Amino acid sequence: MIEIAWSDFTPWSALAGGILVGLAAASFLLLNGRIAGISGILGGLLTPLKGDIGWRVAFMLGLIGAPGVWLLAGDLPAIEINAGYPALIIAGLLVGIGTRYGSGCTSGHGVCGLSRLSLRSLAATLSFMATGFITVFVIRHMLGA
Amino acid sequence: MKYSLASLFAGLIFGFGLIVSGMANPEKVLGFLDIAGLWDPSLAFVMGGAIIVGVVAFAVARRRTLSFLGFNMKIPSNTKIDRRLVIGSLMFGVGWGIAGICPGPGIVALGAGETKAAVFVVSMVAGMAIFELIERNRAKA
Repeated sequence: MIEIAWSDFTPWSALAGGILVGLAAASFLLLNGRIAGISGILGGLLTPLKGDIGWRVAFMLGLIGAPGVWLLAGDLPAIEINAGYPALIIAGLLVGIGTRYGSGCTSGHGVCGLSRLSLRSLAATLSFMATGFITVFVIRHMLGA
Repeated sequence: MKYSLASLFAGLIFGFGLIVSGMANPEKVLGFLDIAGLWDPSLAFVMGGAIIVGVVAFAVARRRTLSFLGFNMKIPSNTKIDRRLVIGSLMFGVGWGIAGICPGPGIVALGAGETKAAVFVVSMVAGMAIFELIERNRAKA
């Protein structure tokens, strides 16, 4: 039986933020003709091709600069990272290798792929969601961390 | 120039979306992935909101050969569900579950000055580099 964490659940801001993410992906698609897949945009910088670098850097600057621009208008919401450093390193390596091997992450497969009704992206999304749920279950409820 | 400006704009709005939605906070993402604890369904609403807009955008994009700025449309054509896709995604999910961080939120949290996010992002880029090395060796073999 699933119990909802009503005190944490933020449906309206989640929906509003989701719509913003959708608008970002939509503008990138309609203006530049590309999929807004973060792991692919970043990963492409590791094997740089001529003429294929500037826009990737620009997208990353937008993403990394978003909190700074946000701060001009108000306070940033809390960012809580409870994982320890060894866990962060292992997690980062797995996310880096896995997203490149699987050709996408939550943005490319989850948002863009599902938006274009791609079965390939659905398979990817179900795969990373499944191991995401299992991993948290193991860590929190079996190892008790 | 137009291309890079549009990319900067999209990255910035994407980042704002992650901040507004709460997804820049890994603890909130873990609240979604922890289905056996007290469950926070917010992430599903983020995906839902993004996909509602995305479906319309892709429906428009599908009819076009050039973008509104006149660039070629580069929409993936691969439809194969193969081992690489599934194994890679399963690996990604394990990493996502360990820290609650996927690539976009990791980079936004880094931009917010979080040291732990920096460690995650450096490790993630190292993982991507390992992938490229493995691919290069495979191509040679």
